[in-house]
Amino acid sequence: MDFLKKLLKGDKLTIARTITAVENSNNSEILKEIFPYTGKAYHIGVTGPPGAGKSTLVNIVIQKLLEENKKIGIIAVDPTSPFSGGAFLGDRIRMTDLALRENVFIRSMATRGSLGGLSQKTKDVALVLDASGMDYILIETIGVGQVELDIAQVCDTTIVVLVPESGDSIQAMKAGLLEVADILVVNKGDREGCDSLILELKFAFELREQKLGWHFPVLKTIATESKGIEELISNIKSHKKYLKSSGKFEEDRKRKLALRIDELIEEKIKSHLKEFSSWRNGDQLEQLIAKVYQRKLTPYHIADEITKKIIVGKK
Amino acid sequence: MQKKIRVLIGKPGLDGHDRGVKIVAAALRDAGIEVIYTGLHQTCESIVEAAIQEDVDIIGLSILSGAHMTIFPKIINLLKQKEAEDIIVIGGGIIPEEDIKKLNEMGVKKLFTPGTSTKEIIKYVKSIVQKT
Repeated sequence: MDFLKKLLKGDKLTIARTITAVENSNNSEILKEIFPYTGKAYHIGVTGPPGAGKSTLVNIVIQKLLEENKKIGIIAVDPTSPFSGGAFLGDRIRMTDLALRENVFIRSMATRGSLGGLSQKTKDVALVLDASGMDYILIETIGVGQVELDIAQVCDTTIVVLVPESGDSIQAMKAGLLEVADILVVNKGDREGCDSLILELKFAFELREQKLGWHFPVLKTIATESKGIEELISNIKSHKKYLKSSGKFEEDRKRKLALRIDELIEEKIKSHLKEFSSWRNGDQLEQLIAKVYQRKLTPYHIADEITKKIIVGKK
Repeated sequence: MQKKIRVLIGKPGLDGHDRGVKIVAAALRDAGIEVIYTGLHQTCESIVEAAIQEDVDIIGLSILSGAHMTIFPKIINLLKQKEAEDIIVIGGGIIPEEDIKKLNEMGVKKLFTPGTSTKEIIKYVKSIVQKT
């Protein structure tokens, strides 16, 4: 197939159009075709609260990686409005230095209703970039809070970016964001409170350390001045080395693939279920709801009955 | 699954007046469109490269600097060179009637002049993408 050849060669127009096709369709034919050519790119995730400097940091990190003559794909995710369905994708603006670099491909994505900090299609889009011959794929999430943790399901190394105002060790001990971090960065390091936050985070991280066998680094950066970037890059690389030498790389990726299969099954089932929302169009809908309203029937009964029908119907 | 409309909005060249272009970007966003905003001071090359990588349906440029007769043709040519001439180019700014005519002939699909309502722009964007 012509498109596949071009894609594997890294033709940018083909990459772009393939991504669009993948993003706008639930048809997995393209993905089936490209999947055998994926698995080579190293995935780095960057997440953190809005305005922490994720895009700026990504911009600098990539410039450094480019010096090593690497090919890099970037997926920058921004939120879709739940009200209008529209989105304002502005991450590119922080990456204008990269726009014309031969070895860089940047794609902005809107979440389109997904709540985990990425779009539902981000994983599939990463596959397209992987097949196109990227050495690294950087994925930047939307600005996240405490529960948008999808990024860790996609990336080999996850970097959580915080700012000095992000909180204290109590925040760090809560479940969520910091648990997915392989590397923690406190950006805007010239602001007050940075060093004490770093100390507190280091303490909080010590509580996880032995269990996982990776020494969680807490780094200070000032992305706008390119400060602390070399240390960040060397930590990304040592994390990669750690994963590979400990066998965790393969283990993690296998676990993620199993999860992906779970997800795909769930999606498939959901899309079938949509057909059955037709129960709402039935003649008896009004009577049914009236009965529930009068407490003669319960929603639980109705749900049981309809699910039974769906399962039987699909056999 | 319905395809989302994607529009790149940017300001090429030395022109720092971005209030209008931000209003248009916000209006398109609120109309359910995915807007890729590239910001100020973009070169034609970087706009075209971004449009290709983002695979937008439309490039919308705001030009208030008077450089429209240089910038629009350059964008159209670059798109042709990159085999992406199916991306629609539109724009807005202070552009004289006779220039609009010439630019239309060169392939700029639509130019909006001062006083245009955002509704009108949204309506146009939606209709032109549906047609293609």
